[in-house]
Amino acid sequence: MDPGLLAQHVFNGLMLGVIYALVAVGFTLFFGVLDVIKFSHGDVVMLGAFTALAVSVGLTGGGVTSSPLVLAAMLVAAIASMALVGALLARLLVLPLRRAPAINVLLITLMAGTVIREGVRLFYPQGSNPKPFPRLLPGGSSELGAFTLRHDSAILFAVGVLAIVGVHLVLTRTRLGLAIRAVAQDPETASAMGIPFTATVLATFAIGSALAALAGVVNGLYYSEISFNLGLLLGAIGFSAAVIGGLGNVYGAILGGFLFAALQTIGAVALPFASAYKDVFAFAVVIVVMAIRPAGLLAERSAERV
Amino acid sequence: MTSSVWPALAALVVSAVGVLALLLAEKQWAVIAIIIAAGAAMFLARRFDWNERIRRSGAANSRKVFLAAMVLVVGAAFVMREHNFALLMLCTVMLMMVAGLGLTLQFGQAGVVNFAGAAFFGIGAYAAAVFATKTALPHLLVILAGGFFAALIGSVLVLPLLRTRGHYTALITIAFGILFKTFLEVNDALGGPQGLKVPGFVLFGHAFNDPIEIDEETEWSFYLAYAGLSLLLVAAAYAFVRRLERSWIGLAFDAVRIDETAASAFGVNVAAWKIAAFSIGNFLIGVAGAAYAMMTGFVAPTSFTFGDSLILVSIVILGGLGSALGLIPAALVVVVLPEKLQAIQEYRFLLFALLVIVILLVRPGGLLPRALRDYRVGAPR
Repeated sequence: MDPGLLAQHVFNGLMLGVIYALVAVGFTLFFGVLDVIKFSHGDVVMLGAFTALAVSVGLTGGGVTSSPLVLAAMLVAAIASMALVGALLARLLVLPLRRAPAINVLLITLMAGTVIREGVRLFYPQGSNPKPFPRLLPGGSSELGAFTLRHDSAILFAVGVLAIVGVHLVLTRTRLGLAIRAVAQDPETASAMGIPFTATVLATFAIGSALAALAGVVNGLYYSEISFNLGLLLGAIGFSAAVIGGLGNVYGAILGGFLFAALQTIGAVALPFASAYKDVFAFAVVIVVMAIRPAGLLAERSAERV
Repeated sequence: MTSSVWPALAALVVSAVGVLALLLAEKQWAVIAIIIAAGAAMFLARRFDWNERIRRSGAANSRKVFLAAMVLVVGAAFVMREHNFALLMLCTVMLMMVAGLGLTLQFGQAGVVNFAGAAFFGIGAYAAAVFATKTALPHLLVILAGGFFAALIGSVLVLPLLRTRGHYTALITIAFGILFKTFLEVNDALGGPQGLKVPGFVLFGHAFNDPIEIDEETEWSFYLAYAGLSLLLVAAAYAFVRRLERSWIGLAFDAVRIDETAASAFGVNVAAWKIAAFSIGNFLIGVAGAAYAMMTGFVAPTSFTFGDSLILVSIVILGGLGSALGLIPAALVVVVLPEKLQAIQEYRFLLFALLVIVILLVRPGGLLPRALRDYRVGAPR
């Protein structure tokens, strides 16, 4: 294959990988502190994108023309409101079911995701149609042989990587990060050491959902289109990525995100069947990986207490 | 300790009349009145402690009540003999119950999560489409083939299912559901996004899709024949699942669900029972899918999405995890209400999702929670 074309595919895969990793890190953070899967996460991504879209429509309608200003307002609004939504979902649906079977939490958040998805479809103006997402980043591109680097994609990629690095720093260098890791390791001991359990959990859900909002905006800017049901597939992909990395392990989630994107890209360009089968291929590989390494690639080593 | 059959019979007749009225109601106010009446009846039953008496009477006379229920369904279908749409809904409820019974066996009894119910329903439907068009297989066998294929394709997932637990298992079925729907959409051999046509059911030379002519003027709906077929399937599936539940196999399922480690310590073969529950459940779901496809005459990938799997799961949760009886009201609520209440048609996914959230928070046992096993001497079975 032409090296330029190859580089193109690799970059496109990396771009997808960043979006998936942003979503997957949320899944794995939630699992870390509460041992639950919050399946509404994909729909929070979608809601974040729609919040940003609503803000941009509002501001542009109100006469604001400066793209950086609009973009900044979109990001702030989406991230802040999704952090709040994430914390609320945790407070109202996840924490009350702490003692219930784990599958109930999965179900209740699946249903919460459906509520968010249907809410957008029914109550956002013409919510059932795909919506154009404004192009607010500089549009130019650099060519290098067959490789075209769109500047906006490069910026999005950098933002995504920075966000992941930022989360890593929060987790490893701050008191909040210490609290999150302590609660993830052992909630009871953490409480005994004076770490507020509920507050830490809510903060974790806020951080994860803020990342989801960012992923939603990045996704919208990259594809220039969003629709009410993008969260379903993105949620399933983020969940898969977190699981193949090993739930609870942030680096596993990042690895899983890039792996899933690589699988999709390989399925689309390198394998001898129609590119439409890329998701079939990627999910089939996920199932096979689960059969071989049932607790993910970077699994926590733990014996189950009986 | 004998218990009279009358309380259960009375409850059955009242429910049957209510359901019949609901299916035939055309005015919105009538639908709403019936729903309010149902709510009032449930309130009264709880207020005067009828529930326990009905339950005991039903448990003590299960065979008579079962027969009575079948007679009532036949009677209701006969009353609706000229109403296509009402009969279609009745058939759909019964077939959804068959699928729900499969899911309840997996999910509620053996604890094997399955978020790909719609995919297995779809495998049954597509298998029926292919077998009925491409082969001369008798149609009763085509329906069994639908179930068989669902179980067969499901067996691909057995290895990953056995190796994983909890969330990881859920992911595998979710991934499979998405994979299946995407596969159908891009695959040309099976009609792609347009789907396939399915020929109607033919039994001993009688084509079910022909209206039943009684004389020159009267013509009965062809759905009447499908109602008979659906009743046969749901009765067989219900009796089968209930018997399984009450047998030592059901006990093994419960042990596997509640505590795998303890179960295996007591010599229960966890892997074998998980495989059994998963395959039998998929078989039932596939049978339901095959019958449904032949009834509606058409299959397309859009009917087998992840959202549809969630609807199936909602039926099981709504009725009460593991409760076969609870599937009846649950399937009625999920299938019939949105069709009858046009005001909520558009909002049905939203409302069901909210309903399941409320149930999980407030009444995790569902509408008719599964009763505990009662091993006292002489206890009603």
